[in-house]
Amino acid sequence: MKYTEDHEWLRAEGDIVVVGITEHAAEQLGDVVFVELPDAETQVAKGDDIVVIESVKAASDIVAPLDGEIVAVNADLADNPGLVNEDPTGNAWFFKIKVDDLGQLDGYMTEDEYQEMIS
Amino acid sequence: MPELKRTPLYDLHVALGAKMVPFAGYEMPVQYGMGVMKEHLWTREHAGLFDVSHMGQVRIIPKSGDISDAARAFETLVPVSILGLKEGRQRYAMFTNAHGGILDDLMVANRSDHLLAVVNAACKEDDIAHMTAGLAGCSVESQADRALLALQGPQAETALARLVPGGADMRFMDVADFDWQGAELWISRSGYTGEDGYEISLPNTKSVEFAEALLAMDEVEAIGLGARDSLRLEAGLCLYGSDIDSETTPVEAALEWAIQKARRRGGDREGGFPGADVIFEQLENGAPRRRVGLLPEGRAPMRAGTELYAGETHVGTVTSGAYGPSLEAPMSMGYVTTEYAETGTKLEGEVRGKRLPVTVADLPFRPSNYKR
Repeated sequence: MKYTEDHEWLRAEGDIVVVGITEHAAEQLGDVVFVELPDAETQVAKGDDIVVIESVKAASDIVAPLDGEIVAVNADLADNPGLVNEDPTGNAWFFKIKVDDLGQLDGYMTEDEYQEMIS
Repeated sequence: MPELKRTPLYDLHVALGAKMVPFAGYEMPVQYGMGVMKEHLWTREHAGLFDVSHMGQVRIIPKSGDISDAARAFETLVPVSILGLKEGRQRYAMFTNAHGGILDDLMVANRSDHLLAVVNAACKEDDIAHMTAGLAGCSVESQADRALLALQGPQAETALARLVPGGADMRFMDVADFDWQGAELWISRSGYTGEDGYEISLPNTKSVEFAEALLAMDEVEAIGLGARDSLRLEAGLCLYGSDIDSETTPVEAALEWAIQKARRRGGDREGGFPGADVIFEQLENGAPRRRVGLLPEGRAPMRAGTELYAGETHVGTVTSGAYGPSLEAPMSMGYVTTEYAETGTKLEGEVRGKRLPVTVADLPFRPSNYKR
């Protein structure tokens, strides 16, 4: 598992990377009430705003952490946004992105580095 | 930036695990451990305790000793009948400016030999100056030595009655004094959540002890400003500075119910408050725009600042918007051109560049639960 400075977690499964937000991020956001996901089969570039999360406090964006193609989005989140608070690193994944070059992951933090950043 | 002020309950909030944020010049609890959503629902089902000590409590004492002199003077600042406010009763009012705009909204109580005004925290210095300058023959006294707690929800009566048995006999908008362990409590049966409940003014020195006595009860949890905001929005109540301000009139704000007949054109004490001409004209012919409830379709909240359209025509702006935990849907309020203000009118709100459907709705979004 790798982590971004925007509090995303990235889990590689072959050439597909599953993306969600960390428990720390979910806690900071508070109760999530709305999630807007991108369409599947969309080409995205690293840094694009592709997900909107609205909590009881405010709206925030999630950016694409990698260049690639969105191959799946988690439709459960549209009906049950609270899942983000209940199970942020499991059932509440946001999207799966197919990447050409897994080497893009190398620049991101390890679990230890991420824990240090938020401590 | 000036240093943030603290209420007498600051240490208690921190000990309870509150997340403290700046609000109207104070460090206030926005939420505790439960989080905004659960705190909101707790208040609707049980009883929530809110620290609202940042609000201004101001006594208006007539130098003549005759309360009607204070009431008469107060009527020069508000379009509301204060002479008609009976002893032991409270009502909603607003200070207006010469253009009919709202300088602040407030509660006024007739406490036998004086009036008590409870005003918004962000406005209290200006309000005190306004009252001091405008209330001839009265002494205007800020009660900085008193805290203010709100206990709200269907179990508020049960909880309060354990400490103050007489509280159960009050009805909505009654005010009365009680003694608790030698401290003088000024209690009103009111609040800003749409629920039954009380607002309790008490000496700072006793406030922590009293709050702890309530929090020790199974029915009562501490609730932060986050849930206070979603509760008041579901109840259709205005937040000063967002939904009403010096640019909005009581008629535009759909608050004309607060202007009694006696102060309207043809009434016994017609006019005599700032902006009466503008407000009378709007009462008779309608205002160009109107505050309305708005129910977005789907789950995306339309927050303050969302622009509203009917086709290509810009017709208004959202002033408050959030997810309603009891409504289980997003809800907003805002101003629209009067011809689009009718309940059921379909509009669109622009959220992140996309036009999404929204319908004009009646306020409040859910029925109030006051003990009348």
